[in-house]
Amino acid sequence: MIYREAGQFKDGYAADEQIFPIRQDRYGIVFILVLAFVGVPLIANDYWFSAILIPFLILSLAALGLNILTGYTGQLSLGTAGFMAVGAFAAFNFMLRVPGMPLLAAFILAGLTAAAVGVVFGLPSLRIKGFYLAVATLAAQFFIEWVLVKFPWFSNYNPSGVISAQPMEILGYAFDTPARKYMLTLCIVAVLALAAKNMARCETGRVWMAVRDMDIAAEVIGIPILKTKLLAFAVSSFYCGVAGALWAFAYLGAVEPAAFDLGRSFQILFMIILGGVGTVLGSFLGAAFIVLLPIFLNVFAHILLPGVSSSLLSNLELIVFGSFIIFFLIVEPHGLARLWQIGKEKLRLWPFPH
Amino acid sequence: MDWQFFLEVLIGGLLAGVMYSLVALGFVLIYKASGVFNFAQGGMVFFAALTFVSLVERGVNFWLAMVITLAVMVVLGVLIERIVLRPLVNQPQITLFMATIGLTFLIEGLAQGIWDAQVHGLDLGIPDVPVKVGAINISQFDLFASATAGILVLALAVFFQKTRIGRALRAVADDHQAAMSVGIPLNHIWAIVWAVAGFVGLVAGLLWGSRTGVQFALTFTALKALPVLILGGFTSVPGAIVGGLIIGASEKLAEVYIGSSIGLNIGTGIENWFPYMLALLFLLIRPEGLFGEKRIERV
Repeated sequence: MIYREAGQFKDGYAADEQIFPIRQDRYGIVFILVLAFVGVPLIANDYWFSAILIPFLILSLAALGLNILTGYTGQLSLGTAGFMAVGAFAAFNFMLRVPGMPLLAAFILAGLTAAAVGVVFGLPSLRIKGFYLAVATLAAQFFIEWVLVKFPWFSNYNPSGVISAQPMEILGYAFDTPARKYMLTLCIVAVLALAAKNMARCETGRVWMAVRDMDIAAEVIGIPILKTKLLAFAVSSFYCGVAGALWAFAYLGAVEPAAFDLGRSFQILFMIILGGVGTVLGSFLGAAFIVLLPIFLNVFAHILLPGVSSSLLSNLELIVFGSFIIFFLIVEPHGLARLWQIGKEKLRLWPFPH
Repeated sequence: MDWQFFLEVLIGGLLAGVMYSLVALGFVLIYKASGVFNFAQGGMVFFAALTFVSLVERGVNFWLAMVITLAVMVVLGVLIERIVLRPLVNQPQITLFMATIGLTFLIEGLAQGIWDAQVHGLDLGIPDVPVKVGAINISQFDLFASATAGILVLALAVFFQKTRIGRALRAVADDHQAAMSVGIPLNHIWAIVWAVAGFVGLVAGLLWGSRTGVQFALTFTALKALPVLILGGFTSVPGAIVGGLIIGASEKLAEVYIGSSIGLNIGTGIENWFPYMLALLFLLIRPEGLFGEKRIERV
């Protein structure tokens, strides 16, 4: 009843090919965008911006990047955080070493640098598949971390290897308060998410999915495997690189290579698995879930078990987090995006079951 | 080149590699039997070692503690099969892999929640002193560790080849459906495999624990074992051993020789990524690892 497309006729190719062919989806997305751009800035406070919303958006972007590689192209990667680190350090160095570098150009160049690194580490994917590839991408993760720590040039000879992101400014407008940083992050994430959504539904994405489903069959029908896989690595790393740059510039301000360790890679992998592999929506749902879960756990634990020691609490958090993931995988292996899908089907019939 | 020094480094590396193999063995067992890439193996190593050391510290006899820990690991294996794996049958491998990452968190939290997060010393009664063999110094502890690993592999080989359960295990590894159709209970077999992997984890945990102290860092032994795994092949027990030896030896040699020959002090800290790069290069030539099953792909 609520979600019913009956009576929505398409009277042209343009109408047939739009991103959200169903009117309710369009209203929904406009509502979410208005909420994100206008509603949230009106009600949220600085804590919300800097502790929840900005990391949520940035991690969504990274999850989106991993989803392109793992969800759409089927190449399991455990090196996401490494590519984020490349982006963060590249953006810092571009801003530092090129006088008068515009911020957005630095972000784009950071993404391109990460993409180049991604292509290099993507090359083995032509011969190696499955878990062998996953472990091989760990090489990227550890190697990048080591290079950034080992060669002080990357952190401008900071003794502790920390980079302090330059103040963000576009055309003289400074993005210095959490609210402004949030707006900048939101704009970048919205643009890139739109691009991802479009890539996924045009030839690029379909070729990716063909390779994911069976790469030999894809090759037989004339899809160039080399180009397709490397493009997926490049685009994915670009997203991760921009996410990493934002992580340094918009979220943390000062960041060291250890902020992009293996744990971060796993965190992002969790996001796409829990959110839904191979969906754009899933990247956001998963990121929201993973960002919010520890906060909820913390709050609940303090309410339920007042006065519990912090070490026990952190162990409890580990236990609950681990159980949650297992529980989720058992109950809904296709992730939150699938739940939303089911919900939409239900809404379509509700309240009349036929 | 100083040959004596070279040999010393080489042998030291080979023996260190045995320690990696021990952890990798646990992975191989589970992957072979159930196709699950069990990331929680590192957590299991930690859990086993911590349980053992805490029991010993509470005054439990050494061998009794060993038996109790073994029992705990078997129960853990059975529980994992029951609660985690059984509902996830027929899911894609990546889902199972993610579940074992979740399991890693769970086990690590449990281990530290039940016992504590301190660093415990563990003394197996083997002094870590060098013995002279000819002109070369070899650590006595390393020798003991590799002897243990050798016995373990032999025992596993006998178990796999000669016993009824072992044959059933190999049948399951070969083909789930065919094994089920001749009446092998898949669930039991999986529980047994997880229990055996728990036992291997216990041995690895004791040896690693007495070397580095029983602490949270033991979980990272899993990361040491992964390049060994892909080098040797996920499905091969000999692969885990040979892979471990190659990784151990080349890692030590690279650290000593690459590190010192380039004057930039580059060699330090390469042990984190060098094994991975080495394994990666290997894979480019043999994509299924040294002893892994060759994939035949059809459309």
